Amino acid sequence: MAKAAAKKTAATAPSVERRPALAGQEFSATGVTLAVLPPAERISLRAPEASVAALSKALGVTLPRKPKTSAAKAGRTALWLGPDEWLVIDEAAKDPLADCAKLTVLHSAVGISHRNVAISVTGPAAAATINSGCPQDLSPDAFPVGAASRTILGKVEIMLLRTAADAFRVECWRSFSDYVFTFLSEAAGDAAA
Amino acid sequence: MIAAFRIPGAGRLKQAETASFSFDGRPYAGVEGDTLASALLANGVHLVGRSFKYHRPRGFLSAGAEEPNALVEVKRDAARKTPNVRATVQELYDGLTAQSQNRWPSLSFDVSAVGDIASPLLSAGFYYKTFMWPKSAWKNLYEPKIRAAAGLGVAPDQPDPDHYSARYAHCDVLVVGGGAAGIAAALAAAETGVRVILADEQADFGGSLRFESGARIDGQDGFAWAQGAVAKLKAMDNVRVLSRTTAFGYYAQNFVGLVERVSDHLQSPGRDLPRERLWQVRASRVVLATGAIERHMVFADNDRPGIMLASAARTYLNHYGVAVGRNVGVYTANDSAYAAAIDLKKAGVGVAAIVDLRDNPTGPVIDEARALGIEVNFGRAVIRAGGKLRVSSMTVQPKNGGGERTIPVDAILMSAGWTPSVHLFSQSRGKVAFNDETKRFVPGAYAQDCVSVGACNGTDGLSATIDEAYAAGAKAAKDAGVKNAGADTVKGAKPKVDASESWSRGMLGAAPGAGADTTVKAFVDFQNDVTAKDIRQAVHEGMRSIEHVKRFTTNGMATDQGKTSNMHGLAIAAETLGKPIPQVGLTTFRAPYTPVTFGSIVGHARGPLFDPTRKTAIHPWAERQGAVFEDVGQWKRAWYFPKAGEDMHAAVDRECVTVRKTAGLFDASTLGKIEVVGPDAAKFMELLYTNPWEKLEPGRCRYGIMLREDGFIYDDGVVGRLAPDRFHVTTTTGGAPRVMNHMEDYLQTEFPHLNVWLTSITEQWAVIAVQGPKSRDIIAPLVEGIDMSDDALPHMSVREGKICGVPTRLFRMSFTGERGFEVNVPADHGQAVWEALWAEGQKHGACAYGTEAMHVLRAEKGYIIVGQDTDGTVTPGDAGLDWAVGKKKTDFVGIRGMARPDLVAKGRKQLVGLKTKDPKVVLEEGAQIVGDPKQAIPMTMIGHVTSSYWSQNCGRSIALALFAGGRDRMGETLYVPMPNGTIEVEVTGMVFFDEKGERLNG
Repeated sequence: MAKAAAKKTAATAPSVERRPALAGQEFSATGVTLAVLPPAERISLRAPEASVAALSKALGVTLPRKPKTSAAKAGRTALWLGPDEWLVIDEAAKDPLADCAKLTVLHSAVGISHRNVAISVTGPAAAATINSGCPQDLSPDAFPVGAASRTILGKVEIMLLRTAADAFRVECWRSFSDYVFTFLSEAAGDAAA
Repeated sequence: MIAAFRIPGAGRLKQAETASFSFDGRPYAGVEGDTLASALLANGVHLVGRSFKYHRPRGFLSAGAEEPNALVEVKRDAARKTPNVRATVQELYDGLTAQSQNRWPSLSFDVSAVGDIASPLLSAGFYYKTFMWPKSAWKNLYEPKIRAAAGLGVAPDQPDPDHYSARYAHCDVLVVGGGAAGIAAALAAAETGVRVILADEQADFGGSLRFESGARIDGQDGFAWAQGAVAKLKAMDNVRVLSRTTAFGYYAQNFVGLVERVSDHLQSPGRDLPRERLWQVRASRVVLATGAIERHMVFADNDRPGIMLASAARTYLNHYGVAVGRNVGVYTANDSAYAAAIDLKKAGVGVAAIVDLRDNPTGPVIDEARALGIEVNFGRAVIRAGGKLRVSSMTVQPKNGGGERTIPVDAILMSAGWTPSVHLFSQSRGKVAFNDETKRFVPGAYAQDCVSVGACNGTDGLSATIDEAYAAGAKAAKDAGVKNAGADTVKGAKPKVDASESWSRGMLGAAPGAGADTTVKAFVDFQNDVTAKDIRQAVHEGMRSIEHVKRFTTNGMATDQGKTSNMHGLAIAAETLGKPIPQVGLTTFRAPYTPVTFGSIVGHARGPLFDPTRKTAIHPWAERQGAVFEDVGQWKRAWYFPKAGEDMHAAVDRECVTVRKTAGLFDASTLGKIEVVGPDAAKFMELLYTNPWEKLEPGRCRYGIMLREDGFIYDDGVVGRLAPDRFHVTTTTGGAPRVMNHMEDYLQTEFPHLNVWLTSITEQWAVIAVQGPKSRDIIAPLVEGIDMSDDALPHMSVREGKICGVPTRLFRMSFTGERGFEVNVPADHGQAVWEALWAEGQKHGACAYGTEAMHVLRAEKGYIIVGQDTDGTVTPGDAGLDWAVGKKKTDFVGIRGMARPDLVAKGRKQLVGLKTKDPKVVLEEGAQIVGDPKQAIPMTMIGHVTSSYWSQNCGRSIALALFAGGRDRMGETLYVPMPNGTIEVEVTGMVFFDEKGERLNG
């Protein structure tokens, strides 16, 4: 019996749908709108300096080397998180993990597409909303468009990317997304002040 | 109807706009813009509270944040009761309800005022002397009676329905204080274009310009100039202006905490408005323009209602249009009180006399007072105030003694001089310096990038203040780094002072009549009822340091932080000690400057935002099934899945039996998961775990143990090798973050030469454990690309493939002792794959099981749980896990610790099994174990029960225990003494079910 079961193939197995956390949730207050963004492909990329050029070429985006910066090209964004660490987000449904897999240069690429949830915070009060729980200076001088940082919001870790003058992308781990969305919603109500 | 003491046309409020309020149940009328204090004074009400210790009647001392006496309860509704609100700060709104505190049965008749008569019993050091003996008094007297009699106000007894907001902010220049100095500094800084925040605690900017009728700036009345200047600042994009905002704490690296009171002044605040907003500001430069606070005169019965600071009376008149009496006396040791007398006289208020302690002062204010026909007495002291619930007279005597004269008055305005507010400067760790000439402490050496300007810096005169502040504001902006070339010059024009008032000097300490030879109640600290005599007594009883005097007498320890009392107390202590003031020193100023609500500190962190609640991808399914959840760290985990009519025991028994009979599904998503990647991955694993890893083939798994440096077990988990350079490591749920930190710490500090990186993948993968004899039958139909046969996928192996069309890392492993699998799928697919597996499982009669059944099943097999069966003092040997330590290994974290003599000594506590003699008895986890139950109490305890359950599969109770000599005592009978009798137990092995382990392939 057991053997029969073991040999059975799954050619007819049904494919299952994806159920992202907080899918489609939105919230608006004076001056700010929150929206849970669609799923994206993501990798955590670690590599020494010597591998950066080859990885940049393979990924099609020049990995940033300056703290608190990011680089983006063709729907793919690389956030500098540390001297040898990047978060690569692909919103064009192309798999950065596969792009790295072809390389032999020293690196570590780990798929984390499902680990993170992204929330967009947009509007003139977007920075104030985030500053309700994030101690970073989000003025345009200190945190210009393209600036990125692994930081905190209230009691949890977030990855923060400024996508436009009044727009941010907040990434957090899946199970913290409820906390982050609730925190931002509560903060949004007071952000226009 | 205009209130009795409101002077038509006086002050800045629109007297036609009235607001009704009540105090102690009596209705009154006030005016929009009033504080509760000004509104009560307009109605002739001075008596507003009872003092802390003696329950003496008290009135308003001040018109601002330094108020020690007028503390009231403001009540909006049953849940919104705020005690200890300073009536001088609380803005009036229509319908405000306030009541007095610290009195019974009524404010005018308080039985506890007997404490005033019995005051010799409540002398300095009372707290230290009294609460010593007898022991029984703690229970019968001190706690129930004295605590109740003391205390200030009553804490609300319902949850706070308001919400509180928070904001981090950065700026180039933070200006604290919005008087003339602060505004000038902010203007200068703002005009360079840098980011400026200007904060002031009052509703209106202007500081002392509120009462200084003689100030004229840029051709305008000083207060009007302030409003114009602030309007200009508000209109600038680079400036944030915060009123009703107190900078309460100055922390490291120019980090300043401010609380903005957003809605306490509103009649019916919108639900969307927070009550308060906490601002945590990081500033490149801080300009402190915190002003100065007037001191009272220290004389007998100087606390009678109606006796107040001269500047307060002037503020009530010039800003609020309120006369504090009809026939006021003035007692002063400097010029500033003259200005109050002059303003009141001009407004038609009778001024009975000015009593000036100085011998022959001269100056324009004195000439003006005389010209207005006010009686002026030099070289005289007020030695006593008459009246009880309200001052009725002042008794005047030449300061070196002589005939007394009693003058009837209904208010006394006093001024002993001005104390620079160096609180925030001192909090910034700056050192104050004593100016012997002006007898005041002013900022000395700075510790942070800040500057003090104006009165808080000891700068006298409006003109000098504005010059200093304007220059400081411009310099702060420049130092903060003005970005645009050429913009470092101030564009606007410096405010021009046309007329100003100026005074300094005054006196410190007790006035004549309250000197060393007297026993009168001349109050130094009103809020804590500390008199001049108390300070002297503290010195006489041996206190030498001002810090000791402070604590012995409680001078300056009330919620007003000694704003009016510290300098007087210090001067009296210095005089008694016969030392100069700087040698006695000043006590340290600490945050908060004024009381801060808990709500503002808590901010958003309440309810669902108190702490993150983490839920797995499969959580919604479990919720729908009616699972009961338990908290594991921040995670919610399904504890058990009760069916209709089942209690926890019945559900767990059923789940345990079903898993062994057919199969069960378990959500293991919370397990910590770390991907270890790089050519040196195996080398790294060798160093972090006790086990050997180099020879583990890709596709195989191993149970790993991680130690701390001391040789004790830190964590454990199954590790799969996906590729030569890639491991999928699992950790305990609770250990996930610290294990990651532990590994990263060693990698970065001890093994930086290794080419390996760690990535947390805990949340990337949802994990569905399928355990039981039917587990393969349930999984196999859904799997693609993985040969599920025992030969191809033996116990402790891992394969990558697809399940339900999505990628999976499929582990063949078991935490139940049954044939088992752990299906890892990307988290967003977790619930759908679970549902597919559940549907397959239903065909076989499988169940969903929770953490409780998981615990029982693993205990039946003797599998340990780190943190439950180990406690940070357990070695692999103690836990019976020697087999998991690589014998040939020469290095790993903890290898040297494990060799310590006490870790290899005989008789250590070891983990073994216990069976109760009565199989129905389930031991209590944590219960102590003894060898001889008849020994004398206290008995020698040899260890304790770590895990204990009813096992339906074994038909009896089972337990694991950690005790001395464990494995050497197999078969022995030991005893577990409990309150209801001693339980006999037999020492056994740790495996209670399927000892041979045949079911792993069953």
